[in-house]
Amino acid sequence: MSILDTRPACNPGDFRSDVKPIWCPGCGDYHVLLSFTRAFSELGLRPENTVVISGIGCSSRIPAYTNCYGFHGVHGRSLALATGLKVSRPDLTVVVASGDGDGYSIGGNHFIQACRRNIDMTYVVMDNRVYGMTKGQPSPTTEPDFDTALSPGGTGIRPFHPLVIALASGANFVARAFSGQPNETASILVEAIRHPGFSFVEVLSPCVTFRPDEREWKNKVHPAPVAATTDPAKAARRIMTDDGFNIGILYRGDRRPYKAAIECGTVDPTELEQDFAL
Amino acid sequence: MSKSPSLPTGLELADLLAIAHQIEVDAIERYRLLADQMETHNNTELKKVFLDLANAEAIHAGEIRRLAGDIDLTGRAGALRSIWRKGESPEEADLGAAHYLMTPWHALQLCLAGEKRALAFFSSILETAKDAKVKGMAAELVEEETEHVNCVYRLLGKYPKPADLWEHDSDSPAAQD
Repeated sequence: MSILDTRPACNPGDFRSDVKPIWCPGCGDYHVLLSFTRAFSELGLRPENTVVISGIGCSSRIPAYTNCYGFHGVHGRSLALATGLKVSRPDLTVVVASGDGDGYSIGGNHFIQACRRNIDMTYVVMDNRVYGMTKGQPSPTTEPDFDTALSPGGTGIRPFHPLVIALASGANFVARAFSGQPNETASILVEAIRHPGFSFVEVLSPCVTFRPDEREWKNKVHPAPVAATTDPAKAARRIMTDDGFNIGILYRGDRRPYKAAIECGTVDPTELEQDFAL
Repeated sequence: MSKSPSLPTGLELADLLAIAHQIEVDAIERYRLLADQMETHNNTELKKVFLDLANAEAIHAGEIRRLAGDIDLTGRAGALRSIWRKGESPEEADLGAAHYLMTPWHALQLCLAGEKRALAFFSSILETAKDAKVKGMAAELVEEETEHVNCVYRLLGKYPKPADLWEHDSDSPAAQD
């Protein structure tokens, strides 16, 4: 918000649209929506300068439920859309919403490249370890022994580890949140949006319909026992060895965010290379 | 639900009123959200229950505004925002506990949990407050919340606990066959 803007700050409710969510009652995504609007309000943003972009899936319905500009895009391609937007309109605050299927499977490669590029945006993945919208197929983060009619005996496949992948690929801010703690999640989102470069926030968000066992997450989550580190190697070691329920900011990097050539004028290829260096 | 927030030392009467008001505002928002969910999922009985609960909280919020007089409650609550960063508003119903087949008994259980959290929250202020005005208002709020808890217990007398299979749906949306 400009210092010349004398309008009163927006309340969380000002970021909500009139569209009523159709998620299942009990779904963690309701809380994430509250966290989005609280974070936007706390940051002093305005709906007209904030964009929420998503792909496909239950969590990707979120742009319709906000009053910001939004784009409910193609499956797995939310980061590509967001990249184009942020590069051409760096003045906007860009937040990307996704789920574990959309973000890690269909959009898995976009995730890696977006971390590498380190464009100043925030990527929020609501991870419920299942494809909820299409009736409960296993996703990349589903446990190998998830035994259902659609995956008899479980997949037997090792789950994807998104936070470590993000770190290894160059994300500049990595955090884990739990949807059932909407104020704490909002605080993490505030920090993620403020942090320069690509911020990745994984929100554990239970699917109460196809993963009723995830209602127990509220008893499993706990604050990360140590403060965020600026050392990616240390962060990776911690994340690889934690129980998957450490909540908090886990890594704050200091990589320079990518700046588009059109803003910088002429770009020397060597300089450009530095932007992509890990 | 997560823990309630911890309060700063040196709390003034206006701060306490702003916090109490914000707690009611947050509760109203949650009950309305739950009412919307029930409307979307065709549970009209529960929609009405949640709207009634939202209206009850709105009356409480109005009472606090009346007590506060000219105090800018919203502005004060905004300035105290940091206290909410590491905890949840005590009376906010847990959206994660909702179910499309839930009954008035379940709604009242959510309400009861919220009122008990609020009672504990204001009791802790009553115990620790040094300022006489703050202590006096905290005592009033404790009394008020105690009455709310008793009121919910009385309402629960009208709505018995549903049978164990209340969640059973012969045409469940989760059916994979």
